[in-house]
Amino acid sequence: MHPQLIDWLCIALYLAFVLAIGYGLKRYMKTSADYFLSGRSIPGWVTGLAFISANLGAQEVIGMAASGAKYGMATSHFYWTGAIPAMVFLGVFMMPFYYGSRARSVPEYLRLRFDEKTRACNAISFACMTVLSSGISMYAMGLLLNLLLGWSFDQSVLVCAAIVLAYIALGGLTSAIYNEVLQFFLIVFGFAPLVYLGLKDVGGWDGLRASLGKVAVSHGFAPGAWTQTWSIMGSASDNPMGIEWFGLVMGLGFVLSFGYWCTDFLVVQRAMAANSMSAARRTPLVAAFPKMLFPFLVILPGMIAIASTQSAGGSGFTLPAKPDGGLNYDLAMPYMLAHYFPSGLLGLGLAALLASFMSGMAGNVTAFNTVWTYDIYQAYIRREASDRHYLTVGRLSTVVGVCLSVGAAYLAARFNNIMDLLQLLFAFVNAPLFATFLLGMFWKRATGHGAFTGLLAGTFAAALHHALTLPRGSVPGVKGAWLHVAHVYPSEMAQNFWTSIAAFVACLGVTILVSLATRARPEEHLVGLVYSLTPRSADEQQPWYARPAVLGVIVLAIAALLNVLFW
Amino acid sequence: MRLDIRLPIGALFTLLGLLLTGYGIFSDPSIYRRSLGINVNLYWGAVMLLFGIAMCGMALARRSRDRQAAASRDERP
Repeated sequence: MHPQLIDWLCIALYLAFVLAIGYGLKRYMKTSADYFLSGRSIPGWVTGLAFISANLGAQEVIGMAASGAKYGMATSHFYWTGAIPAMVFLGVFMMPFYYGSRARSVPEYLRLRFDEKTRACNAISFACMTVLSSGISMYAMGLLLNLLLGWSFDQSVLVCAAIVLAYIALGGLTSAIYNEVLQFFLIVFGFAPLVYLGLKDVGGWDGLRASLGKVAVSHGFAPGAWTQTWSIMGSASDNPMGIEWFGLVMGLGFVLSFGYWCTDFLVVQRAMAANSMSAARRTPLVAAFPKMLFPFLVILPGMIAIASTQSAGGSGFTLPAKPDGGLNYDLAMPYMLAHYFPSGLLGLGLAALLASFMSGMAGNVTAFNTVWTYDIYQAYIRREASDRHYLTVGRLSTVVGVCLSVGAAYLAARFNNIMDLLQLLFAFVNAPLFATFLLGMFWKRATGHGAFTGLLAGTFAAALHHALTLPRGSVPGVKGAWLHVAHVYPSEMAQNFWTSIAAFVACLGVTILVSLATRARPEEHLVGLVYSLTPRSADEQQPWYARPAVLGVIVLAIAALLNVLFW
Repeated sequence: MRLDIRLPIGALFTLLGLLLTGYGIFSDPSIYRRSLGINVNLYWGAVMLLFGIAMCGMALARRSRDRQAAASRDERP
């Protein structure tokens, strides 16, 4: 692929606007609250679109297309079973405590609700994890830009890091959020024509179904295994994901999705920047509408890629092979861009790809600088300083955060195994989090000691479960069973889902037991932090379409309908 | 916030739309073999142009509404 002048113009135009927004917002950044919280002044539709855009990083776009090719339509469970119910729960039930407590970050909520050690545990693991995941996605981006644009790995990483750094250091969270909205529209407009062209090429939905039927049969499944979502979930051997409905609903639908969408500061931070309680609660609900349609934008291209590779029809798109002979699913999206887009539109597609890298990275960086400044620096390093001082620290920590991510990207390039190990470690630390928040927000008896020991127990349970089980076809080690092979799962995904279920159950049980054995906090300290002690917010003054509960019901109804349509 | 994000989004999409429609009109038709014979630059560029103009329009309408509201506030003693 050779980008022409017109393509470079599209990319340059996008970059110029991103930087101009950062520059234009610089003069509004007067206090640390402006910088880290956008002064809580952003309308709900803007925070809503930023909410999904921050999550729509490269790993999402590239990874979901790859999963679409590998597992087919069942990948949409990550959306219609996982994300959507969790986003509704966050908006309707949890947001009142995050926003209402005036906490400036998720770890800070944990301090208000529980105690200092629970917060420290969460803040430190979150800060390390964001830097790491930003580095890993930067590494993937470097490889991809090298392939698509011909830039060297160093150039790709440094240019993108410099641009993200510039617009965040200038305009803080507001700049990240405003750019995420711009990036959201660019991603949608950049990938939508690909879906249209690809689908037309394989003969529409019916043609796609016929080709994917052959793909499914050639892998030894029923013909619908790549185009249906629930009818193939009866047993783990009926679908390419290797998971049955119970593990899917509990592991992905409940523990993993709620754990991510309801407790990850990366997304919750967007909602916290909203200009009112009702705008904050609407944020994830507004986000849920486009989120529901994303499977058609990011999963469908992967399905089209594998269908046309298999049946060699239409214009002859095929997935490239990996050195070991298997298909390289990760290149489904970029190779389809190169195959179907003429110069002109290609520039738009590449700008969309860049936009998704940058929105994901900006999300990580803004979450990191806030947690570092408020929950680590202000809490443990320098407690009483002027607001001006924290604003400077915030700007500096943005620079440091980006530099650490670049370092992590090079580490990932050099030592892939270390990255796998670190990611595994953080998965263990994260797995039990949702149990802690659930008990913290809805059970006033939960105590700080209970939460802390519960988190440790959950992490331990996750590690233990991982140490005793193995996905089929792997050797004991990083993939699991480093103590003993007690059980073999049909796939890595199944192992992940069950690891998170083990962590959740252990954390829930231990938190309840230890809480009952320790002294509860006086109730007057928990007002605004726990469901039963917080006055209900009055939605009634709002028009019906702006009420979170009404929006939540509409969102769930549409998600249910989509599940049924692709049953 | 004092900046309406619809304005830069509208401006970017208007410019991208103009760029792509213009290129679609003047480019060599043979490059559209890869897009199944459809002049995607022209059509998709036009869609983006319309979207960009609509975004700008909404932002400007909002601005003049805010100005009127501010003016009528000032008239009151």
